[in-house]
Amino acid sequence: MNKYTISGSPHVHSSENTQKIMYRVLLALVPALLVAIYYFGWYALRLTLVSVAACMLTEWLIQKFLIKGPLTINDGSAALTGLLLAFNVPANLPIWMVIVGSIIAIGVGKMAFGGLGKNPFNPALVGRVFMLVSFPTAMTTWPQAQPIFEKGFFADAVTGPTPLGILKEAGVGSLAEAGDMQFLDMILGNRGGAFGEVCAIALLIGAIYLLCRKVIDIWTPLSILLTVFVFTGICYLVDPTQYIAPLYHLVYGGLILGAFFMATDMVTSPMTIRGKILFGFGIGVITVVIRLWGAYPEGVSFAILIMNALTPLINKAFKPQVFGVVKPSKK
Amino acid sequence: MNPIKTFSKGGVHPEENKLSANQPIQDFPMPKQIIVPLGQCLGAPAECIVKKGDRVLTGQLIGTAKGFVSANVHSPATGTVAKVDVVMDHTGYYKPAVFIDREDQDEWAEGIINTDELLTDIKLDSKQIIDKVKECGIVGMGGATFPTHVKLMVPEGKKAEYIIINAAECEPYLTCDFRLLLEKTQEFLIGVKILMKAVNVDKGIIGIEANKMEAIELLDKTINEHRDLYKGIEVQPLKTKYPQGGEKQLIKAVTGREVPSGKLPIETGCVVVNVASTYAIYEAVQKNKPLIERIVTVTGKSVKKPGNFRVRFGTPADLLIEAAGGLPEGITDVINGGPMMGKSVSVTNFPCIKGTSGILLMTIDEAQDRRVTNCIRCGRCAMACPMGLQPFLLHKIAKHNDFDETEKNHIMDCIECGSCEFTCPANIPLLDYIRYGKAKTGAIIRARNQK
Repeated sequence: MNKYTISGSPHVHSSENTQKIMYRVLLALVPALLVAIYYFGWYALRLTLVSVAACMLTEWLIQKFLIKGPLTINDGSAALTGLLLAFNVPANLPIWMVIVGSIIAIGVGKMAFGGLGKNPFNPALVGRVFMLVSFPTAMTTWPQAQPIFEKGFFADAVTGPTPLGILKEAGVGSLAEAGDMQFLDMILGNRGGAFGEVCAIALLIGAIYLLCRKVIDIWTPLSILLTVFVFTGICYLVDPTQYIAPLYHLVYGGLILGAFFMATDMVTSPMTIRGKILFGFGIGVITVVIRLWGAYPEGVSFAILIMNALTPLINKAFKPQVFGVVKPSKK
Repeated sequence: MNPIKTFSKGGVHPEENKLSANQPIQDFPMPKQIIVPLGQCLGAPAECIVKKGDRVLTGQLIGTAKGFVSANVHSPATGTVAKVDVVMDHTGYYKPAVFIDREDQDEWAEGIINTDELLTDIKLDSKQIIDKVKECGIVGMGGATFPTHVKLMVPEGKKAEYIIINAAECEPYLTCDFRLLLEKTQEFLIGVKILMKAVNVDKGIIGIEANKMEAIELLDKTINEHRDLYKGIEVQPLKTKYPQGGEKQLIKAVTGREVPSGKLPIETGCVVVNVASTYAIYEAVQKNKPLIERIVTVTGKSVKKPGNFRVRFGTPADLLIEAAGGLPEGITDVINGGPMMGKSVSVTNFPCIKGTSGILLMTIDEAQDRRVTNCIRCGRCAMACPMGLQPFLLHKIAKHNDFDETEKNHIMDCIECGSCEFTCPANIPLLDYIRYGKAKTGAIIRARNQK
């Protein structure tokens, strides 16, 4: 004679769900995508569409034929991986390479571990780093920004170095000589580089939206940016002829994109505030070390992946303080 | 008004939905037959002392407490015992109960003063008050139904400093305590005084969420008007945040002290009592009136006339639902209590008892269990946990039956407030697994301690 549902409390639920979180992140990346299309035209749009489609298709095929579980492509996470992957590569990359990268990102980076929530590494970065070591030339031949209203939507890409590339190759002096390396151009996105990372302003608008909707919290990005700023600042103070001013480090490479959109990936980052701060500190230090003394001009991807690997340890070390439990005092 | 305080760790803010806040308390007429369960408190059920055919008076003892954690049960009406049998109560199990065929007129048992006159003079001393509370079967009426006299007996070597009245009513929808504060303000405040006398303290603090401004102002005003009478009583507004009315959270918010893990609130010098219980204590001590009725909120978004009713125990809940405008279309969940910690019931004709603070009716859209997806390790459950636990972890290890780990990760500190599950974007039934883990871990700990 059971008439009504028997279930454990609580009987109400917040309106939050995974899908909403993912779609909010996608929405937050739209300004950066629009800027990218403005500067890189058709190439950026084509690359994004291919990458998103390839990621979603890979997830669908694996989920349907290998895992045989409920279909998950509409939760938005595969689309997000595709978008972030596209944001991290040169706009003129051959299409087949992007498809390979997408398959690796979703197939190896995510589904091999069992799908969303189980991957230790950020899938988009797994795909990106795979492409970087497999197609080193194509992945480091960066197109320059050319606004579509000047050059047209389908303009051929003109390649050139990224600011960090110039810095690596020719040192600080050369950067000052290159007249177009103005700070304003840097934050507006009028420069060479991966097309999602170029416009700091658009990325920050998205980041503020995410912070307001409480999708991400400030601790990881803040910790990353502060660490990079302080670390490069110390180097700059020690020898200004050798190192550039810290502010440039924040906007030259993919740091803003990495700090706000990739390092904050919930699945692969620590859960507690103290953990997040340490995580961000690690990313900041590794990024700067690679940028200043490593073989690659940019190190955000590697830094995030390395810290992803440490996340379980950080989670174990920084548990929340349990109510009513006094820490045993050190003797 | 004192500045607003709150607990520091975790917490969530569900929609408040205090639909019945402006509905005055109505006396609910009793049906022809009432069914009084003998187990109305957290501990052992009372032992029946009446038999079929006995005539009982209103307020007469019909069940005596069995064991230390147990409470007396009194007859809520005058009539004849039809039978002593079992009834399916709110837990869904059949439990012993006394069926009473009611007479139309209440005939009160000897010694009970049934008037509305306010009696301000407390004649009993501390020990007598506690005995009276025990005799009258008073329990924690917030829902946990822990016998109040046990709380008031401060153990040897401990000292109470504060009486804290839990008027937070942080559960969404419920308004029974709020209405009682508005309508029985003076009686309630005398109740606080009685409690202060019972545990020998000179400070009584009423912790109340700031969404009940009307009650806060009224209490402040009443205390100011009768400064001498209500000396030492203070109203402490609290931030509207769930679970502000959790005993440990309330103590933390009001005094800044943390109840040590695994210990009782008295460690911090606090004794916490619910509003309805405080009023019941006033009636018991001043009027010699045992606990036979309470205020029940009948509510829900689709309920036509949500309301607050003064209900004698043993009245079936479906009559209350009728009085609130009938059972609306499409109700799939009936909840005894509030939406965060209440228990769902399978039938609507369960008898109201001492712990029935509310009857909440929900449709499938409001209460539907959504599809569970993978944990995305967002950590929101850990951020929401007011006890500083890691619900995602407890859920996983409880699922794997690893009860060494659950104990190490403080599963026994969980207060089952449901904040974790409320906030989980993957809709994982975290609390279901934690409850399971808690039950198993608790059994293991008890078995170990017995050796």
